Amino acid sequence: MELKDLIKPENLVYGKTKILEDEPMHYCPGCSHGVVHKLLAELIGEMGLQEKTIGIAPVGCAVFAYKYLDIDWQEAAHGRAPAVATALIRLKPDNFVFTYQGDGDLASIGAAEIMHACNRGENILVIFINNGIYGMTGGQMAPTTIEGMVTSTTPGGRNVDLNGYPMKITNLIAQLPGTSYVTRQAVHTASAARKCKRSIKKAIENVLDKKGTSFVEVVSTCNSGWKMTPVGANTWMEDNMIPYYPLGDLKDSVKGENSSEN
Amino acid sequence: MAKVQGAVVVNIEECKGCGLCVVACPHDVLQLNKEVNSKGYHYSYMANPNACVGCAHCGVVCPDTCITVYRAKV
Ligand SMILES: Cc1ncc(C[n+]2csc(CCOP(=O)(O)OP(=O)(O)O)c2C)c(N)n1
Ligand code: SF4
Ligand code: SF4
Repeated sequence: MELKDLIKPENLVYGKTKILEDEPMHYCPGCSHGVVHKLLAELIGEMGLQEKTIGIAPVGCAVFAYKYLDIDWQEAAHGRAPAVATALIRLKPDNFVFTYQGDGDLASIGAAEIMHACNRGENILVIFINNGIYGMTGGQMAPTTIEGMVTSTTPGGRNVDLNGYPMKITNLIAQLPGTSYVTRQAVHTASAARKCKRSIKKAIENVLDKKGTSFVEVVSTCNSGWKMTPVGANTWMEDNMIPYYPLGDLKDSVKGENSSEN
Repeated sequence: MAKVQGAVVVNIEECKGCGLCVVACPHDVLQLNKEVNSKGYHYSYMANPNACVGCAHCGVVCPDTCITVYRAKV
């Protein structure tokens, strides 16, 4: 078959969802943020949620998330997205509210907000991008930076005696009775990304069913901050990050029924 | 058994040449072009179009949603 006969609307199997704006993303080539934005956009479209979705954008590289998905957005101060989301879901309980936060935003400056929102069991979805670094500000150590990892503030690698231990904040979150579905996923391969999409879908369904807070960590790359190529960053993540942050569900429950295996 | 044939269309101007699609493709269809787009990126293209089966792995991993995938039985 000639290419011109193949490339026709009736043969389309994968393309850009209408929820994504025609705005080129500012992310570095190969950054995981773009893949996660896309999965979210696809789900919001497929689940018919465009009109009722409100996203809370963070401070960090995803600060411009509001430019890329055609939904309602609110920008929050650094780390405060869960507090803003709490206000929104309480004022507008019929909407679907999610926060989108990096590891600096969520696990460092916003550690208190996320803990308390999850402990209260706010009916929100939290998307947590764990790229082990502060991407936006030049690659400083984050709470999630793994032992030995070189960053601009740990040029000799993270030393746990000096810098503390890499924080598995998702495991802490899973302990809180307010959370319902807590999972850790990745998007570095097509199968991982498809699996991540199924997890985000389940998380959204739980939130719509008012089962409590759903929390999806995505172990991600920041190839610029890590000073690697995009492909090299994915390989490094698979070899070094995923052994410390293993993928899979940490909790699948309903608010108040603490079934965490951790 | 019916054979399937696939094809991808890359949005050349939005491609940032990250190469994630090149390694995601199980059939070595894609390569980064020696030519660059107006932003200076070596954009992805079908170097080996006959091998494409339209599995969409490339499209799924693309952070910038530059790849549209088509598939038909032949
Ligand atoms: C109150 C406040 N403190 C510090 C900063 C500087 N700052 C901007 S982004 C950022 C860290 C972002 O890292 P992360 O949340 O991991 O997101 P990434 O950029 O890696 O996606 C910091 C410290 C700020 N904007 N506001
Ligand atoms: S600095 Fe890192 S997190 Fe930020 S856009 Fe670039 S690769 Fe992504
Ligand atoms: S659709 Fe599948 S076979 Fe075709 S280029 Fe993309 S990854 Fe390769």
